[in-house]
Amino acid sequence: MGPRVLLGVTAVGSALLVVTTGRLVHSALWLVVTLGALAGCYLLLAAEFVAWVQVLIYVGAVVVLLLFALMLTRAPTGPQLGETTGNRALAAVVAAVVAIVLVTTVVAGFGGVRISLDDALLGSAGSTGEAIFRFWVLPFEVLSVLLLAALVGAIALSRPVGHRPGGEGD
Amino acid sequence: MPLLFPLVLSALLFAIGTYAVLARRNAVLVLMGVELMLNAVNLNLVAFDAYLRDVVHSGQVLTLFVIAVAAAEIGLGLAIVLAVFRSYGHIDADRLRALADSDAVDEQIADEQIADQQTVGTEETAGGPVPADVAGGR
Repeated sequence: MGPRVLLGVTAVGSALLVVTTGRLVHSALWLVVTLGALAGCYLLLAAEFVAWVQVLIYVGAVVVLLLFALMLTRAPTGPQLGETTGNRALAAVVAAVVAIVLVTTVVAGFGGVRISLDDALLGSAGSTGEAIFRFWVLPFEVLSVLLLAALVGAIALSRPVGHRPGGEGD
Repeated sequence: MPLLFPLVLSALLFAIGTYAVLARRNAVLVLMGVELMLNAVNLNLVAFDAYLRDVVHSGQVLTLFVIAVAAAEIGLGLAIVLAVFRSYGHIDADRLRALADSDAVDEQIADEQIADQQTVGTEETAGGPVPADVAGGR
């Protein structure tokens, strides 16, 4: 009961701060808290390897990429007033409707169902790796090609434009 | 553990991510909203993996794949954001309305300015965002 509620409240609260805070860098840092709390949830659900991959990839790499992008686009570090678009109220209504629909659906579908984790299959590195390389090899290889394509695409996109030597300074 | 805990948590995170995608002005923060939504989906996958006691761990393996695809997505997305910043000088999602190169956009805006000066009408055209006052907003 204890760690579960704590992790859930932490994840939702910091996610709310991610989307509402006026300071852009703080938003990225609150995202670290959200993703870390989600890694804790994975641990509670016996998915150990996924939790560490979450910490490595998301907290380690993705947040650093986001911070780099904020710096490279010269994001102001102080509090900003106009960081939400004009249709903020409409967006809040849509998000509330999404939340109500999804929560109602899962409560109606899975209310009272329990996960018994006493003799659960622990998703350790060994068992997950065995599952990947025994049953999911082809998707794994396709995914590596996709990652390569994304890498090449990112490099091609971020090359400076040819006919403008000297660029805009970054 | 009740199955509702991860499901409700992921539903709430998905809704929060939706709000971020729709309401945030900075394109990098829109990408953060997308990350929140992907994480909500991952939590669902892991929860059902534990609930269904999948022997081949399809939920957890698919979660790993989604994490890898999300890493590719964030890399490409940030490259696009940086290219947009190089061309326009801002990444304001509200003012990015043209699907064209910056040179073409500049010509179009210049044409509109000339047209505005010729017809001294005060009605505002849709091409309001001129890069000159864009810089003032930063």
